[in-house]
Amino acid sequence: MSSRDRILGRVQRALADVPQDDTPYEQAIPRDYLREHGARRVAETVDLLAENLADYRALVHRCAAGELPTVIAGLLADRKATSVLVPPGLDEDWLAATEVTRVADRPESTPQELDRVDSVVTACAVAVAETGTIVLDGGPDQGRRRVTLVPDHHICVVRVPDQVVSSVPQALERLDPTRALTWISGPSATSDIELDRVEGVHGPRTLEVVLVESGSGPDDPC
Amino acid sequence: MSGTYLGMPAFPVAAHEAVANETLRGNLRHATHTIRAKRAKAVAEVSDWAELREAGKRIKDHTLRHLDRYLEQLEASVTAAGGTVHWAADADEANRIVADLVKETGESEVVKVKSMATQEIGLNEALEAEGIHAYETDLAELIVQLGKDRPSHILVPAIHRNRGEIRDIFRSEMGEWGRPAPEGLTDTPAELAEAARLHLREKFLRAKVGISGANFMVAETGTLVVVESEGNGRMCLTLPETLISVVGIEKIVPTWRDLEVFLQTLPRSSTAERMNPYTSMWTGTTDGDGPQNFHLVLLDNGRTDTLADEVGRQALRCIRCSACLNVCPVYERAGGHAYGSVYPGPIGAILSPQLRGTQSAIDASLPYASSLCGACYEVCPVAIDIPEVLVHLRERVAEGGEVVREGNKVVLQPAKGHAAERAAMRAARWAFTHPGALRGGQRLASRTRRLHPRSLPGPGRAWSGTRDLPALPAEPFRDWWQRTHGSKGAAK
Ligand code: SF4
Repeated sequence: MSSRDRILGRVQRALADVPQDDTPYEQAIPRDYLREHGARRVAETVDLLAENLADYRALVHRCAAGELPTVIAGLLADRKATSVLVPPGLDEDWLAATEVTRVADRPESTPQELDRVDSVVTACAVAVAETGTIVLDGGPDQGRRRVTLVPDHHICVVRVPDQVVSSVPQALERLDPTRALTWISGPSATSDIELDRVEGVHGPRTLEVVLVESGSGPDDPC
Repeated sequence: MSGTYLGMPAFPVAAHEAVANETLRGNLRHATHTIRAKRAKAVAEVSDWAELREAGKRIKDHTLRHLDRYLEQLEASVTAAGGTVHWAADADEANRIVADLVKETGESEVVKVKSMATQEIGLNEALEAEGIHAYETDLAELIVQLGKDRPSHILVPAIHRNRGEIRDIFRSEMGEWGRPAPEGLTDTPAELAEAARLHLREKFLRAKVGISGANFMVAETGTLVVVESEGNGRMCLTLPETLISVVGIEKIVPTWRDLEVFLQTLPRSSTAERMNPYTSMWTGTTDGDGPQNFHLVLLDNGRTDTLADEVGRQALRCIRCSACLNVCPVYERAGGHAYGSVYPGPIGAILSPQLRGTQSAIDASLPYASSLCGACYEVCPVAIDIPEVLVHLRERVAEGGEVVREGNKVVLQPAKGHAAERAAMRAARWAFTHPGALRGGQRLASRTRRLHPRSLPGPGRAWSGTRDLPALPAEPFRDWWQRTHGSKGAAK
């Protein structure tokens, strides 16, 4: 007998007490928990995102769409970055104001090569205000999972308010489970040594999140 | 279930040793009290905690009641998404499957992200015997591995070590395994973390095989979820060409939507955060991104035996958050190692004896490593009634009876008059007579009672006379102890 059959057989015997007409899934789970916590206006939800991101030590910047290239250029310059990883589908305008060397993540690039790149700039799929989380789904403007993992400095652009949801339940609704997803809440951290929180172990030690207003303002060139 | 630490003394003996160790006790007290307070704050932030907890409990219960169906559905989803599913009835089979898969790649080293399941089956040792070296990459696991030590807490496995000890371990051991600790390494946590980053980075960047567990598996989509803080999980799940995940069969949830409950309750219960720094979700393989070979090893190893017990099966709801450890007055005094298993604390006291059976002295004594104060039940995000299961298991130890072992019904002999009973009674006495171990629990217990009026576990009657069980006393524990044991022949 295969182990598969053995295990499934054991499960069936173990569950001899469960009636044939046991309550079906749809009725077995009470869903009376909240879809989101508290009532907020859209702008307040974005403020909450900024607050919670900062609470977990992400560096938060806010700007209008037209200012984004300058902001990104400034962040790379402050960091003294000489190279930046660029996902294949990143909006070219975002890097229009910087001279930093662009590095593409080619399939044959090795992790060692990526390790020599200073920074990475990506978009995101969705951001969760209540938990201060950004979620990446590997879309063309975010790239392979490794590009946001190996470099030590990650700049992530969130279009607000479109990409912001209040809560975890709302985020899951927007996401596609068939894609590889990475939920990021602040830079990597450990509390393994006497429970002292230390930022940055293996992931990027600096996470900068730029909240860019997607509504077109008067001096918005787009 | 294998993995009983060799020569592990019964709980009370091990606990006595722990109590004598000042460093251990100090570290443990600091840790549990800190996390406990933070958790309470994180939980208070969500007004619907009770509803989330109930939903989590019901999702898990429903899944367990139909586990065969969901296992088959999961297998189909993972396979359709490009993964390969393997089934392992016990630890040896799981270890063999993993070792063979690693050998097929031609590699002799693997990187590992912390996983209780692989610790439970002793995977590292089994791989070592096959000439494959497994590197633990979680900072705490690295400390444990380099220190040739055992983990003492689910969440912070090296919590029994202080910073000075960690620095010494890094200085003397890192060079043996790869990049040595930097010159002049001090004992500040930031420097120690930096040393670990440098030491492990070279291993991550060259790793061809990664090994993980998973916090959740979604039957409907075939998605696996790993929740972590440091980024070592992302490294292991993303950079290697081959990923092997060893996961207990009870880790299933039926639907994608069900994650909305656990992604809210797990981080707050575990690290007391709104959300942990990194959560990875993957479904089979993704073209051009991450490992192109994905193997899922579904592990039984005593879980179906546990499932066969209608009272005890609720232990399989556990999402390994470790909240019950941090509130347990007995754990705080005795330390994680006293439990003789990778699962310490209250959850270990009900899980290990079910996964492994109650034949050994340590496993027979574990259900007694508790004062039944109920604090563990109060904080458990899936509402496992740990005191109820403890009482149930005590009855089994005392009275014997029918249980399922490795899929077969067996009749256990009562422990009366055997070594197991003596070990059990010593554990009970130890837990009952350490007033310091009880103080914290009492307040929580009375709070539990007010918030959750509940009927008391029934079959405690098995112990009669002076051995009568304190079936979650309404009166403070010490009053009960005084009354029944303190002054001889007092009100019974
Ligand atoms: S028993 Fe409950 S509280 Fe304890 S680790 Fe498991 S889920 Fe957490």
